[in-house]
Amino acid sequence: MFWDKTNETLKGKKLEALQVRRLKQTIRQSQHVGFYKKRLTQAHVRPEDIKRPDDIQKIPFTRKQDLRDGYPFGFFAVPLKKVVRIHTTSGTTGKPTVVGYTRNDLDTWAELIARNMTMAGVTENDVFQNMVNYGMFTGGLGFHYGAEKIGMTVIPSATGNTKRQIEMIKDFGVTTIHCTPSYAMHLSEVAEEMHTSLDSLKTGIFGAEPWSETMRSSLEERLGVTAFDSYGLSELFGPGVAFECPERDGLHIWHDIYFVEIINPKTGEQLGDGERGELVITPLKKEAMPLLRYRTGDITMKMEDGCLCSRGQKIGRITGRSDDMLVIRGINVFPSQIEHVLLKIPEVGNQFMVYVDKVNHLDEMTVDVEINRDYFSGELADLARIQKKVVQELHDALELRTTVKLVEPGSLPRFEGKAKRVVDRRGDAI
Amino acid sequence: MDVKKYVIKQISVFSENRPGRLAAIAHALGEEKVNILAFSIAEANGFGVVRALVDQPERAYKKLSSIGFNVAFTDVIAVHMQDRPGGLYEIAKILGDANINIEYSYAYSGKEGAVLILRVDQVVDAIEKISKTGATLIESSVFH
Repeated sequence: MFWDKTNETLKGKKLEALQVRRLKQTIRQSQHVGFYKKRLTQAHVRPEDIKRPDDIQKIPFTRKQDLRDGYPFGFFAVPLKKVVRIHTTSGTTGKPTVVGYTRNDLDTWAELIARNMTMAGVTENDVFQNMVNYGMFTGGLGFHYGAEKIGMTVIPSATGNTKRQIEMIKDFGVTTIHCTPSYAMHLSEVAEEMHTSLDSLKTGIFGAEPWSETMRSSLEERLGVTAFDSYGLSELFGPGVAFECPERDGLHIWHDIYFVEIINPKTGEQLGDGERGELVITPLKKEAMPLLRYRTGDITMKMEDGCLCSRGQKIGRITGRSDDMLVIRGINVFPSQIEHVLLKIPEVGNQFMVYVDKVNHLDEMTVDVEINRDYFSGELADLARIQKKVVQELHDALELRTTVKLVEPGSLPRFEGKAKRVVDRRGDAI
Repeated sequence: MDVKKYVIKQISVFSENRPGRLAAIAHALGEEKVNILAFSIAEANGFGVVRALVDQPERAYKKLSSIGFNVAFTDVIAVHMQDRPGGLYEIAKILGDANINIEYSYAYSGKEGAVLILRVDQVVDAIEKISKTGATLIESSVFH
């Protein structure tokens, strides 16, 4: 099913021509931003210098820090009266990043969400419960207006009160949900405790944090949904940038709206198809806040062209954000890898916390994980065996020795928004 | 011989090794008017198991589970000892001679006299062996 078949399947010369035209327009628009005016002058780039898609390499990158430095409205290319909405991103340190939208921006954004959800097979006949934060986080209002555009019955349930969420799913016959994968897991746990089955559900849209294939099968089994991966970031409107089609093998990114590059994060060089690197995106249709070659920090790759659904080239599922990545004794570790390991071990739960400390100048990683209620025999030796098993499996997957702490079921924090499972305390050491 | 009457239900509670966990368990049992006859704590790498012999095991299990604790029943046996120097030796020697392997054990001295609680891997086999040695096994009805 298509929402906008022409644009969704645009390819070849036609697509390139559109991209070049829109890229030029984006450069023109960005010249209303002091930062870009200066940058482009320094780099001697004018809109007319862009003749082919490849010419984008003449433009310098934009980093998240640049946006932070522009706080609050330094990157707005239109007067504030034209900005009809503001969102901010959840910055972990310092000031948040502010993003603004014109009326046209909001419309473009809702169109993208409508494309995504239609691609996943949901229609105006579906009842949609949107279980993410409705405040400054873009996931709430973003999906809300996209789903309304399709004509779905939208329940803006936001986060919190999981029991009430479950009651609504049951009572309102909800077919489609959107939330973070970790909240979906929590939802299934609570439903199980309530002895409630969520039979009306059929589609789960999960995003805002990286999640593994094991997590997908687990969520599909527990919730009885087909699970779709949703990717986006506030700087590029929010969710809606890339999404899975029913093939669920990579995410379609909308090439008429986003110019996609994969680069080597160290050298900035473009990488070819199948090579993993940092995703760099230039949005091609943004008015309030144009961006040029924005470094997302997310690690992925361009996949081989030619999906059965006939839409454009896909990107691989995000394996982690480069800023989520931990470097432990020189080894790169993504929290999603730890989750993947734990999901395979039935004796422990799926929630976890990671603590990183510096002990005698060495990085030490501690993973707290809940013992699974059904696997507690009452014997200390069995617990020790489970602990050893987790240490071993983590070692096999990460090539890293970790300390594993078994904790009581239900004692680890559950996250309704973006999960913050990593506490890096290395900076605290003297 | 009805060996079943000698099988005693111990409750085993998973507990993280942090302050206040024992207090939480004890408080919950107190509230339920469950009397703890004997208990021990076994500790390993950051976590432990609190083992307790209580007068109402089912009630204790229900209560502790309801407040989130991970609880299991473990079959143990209890042997009467002389409450005087050498009392433990007499029993330990009998168990050793009968070739009974003890996984863990703890003891208390109450109105039934001194009692040695044993966790063994083959409960029925151990009961049969002990009963032949002349040592006195205590029936579970004495506790609950």
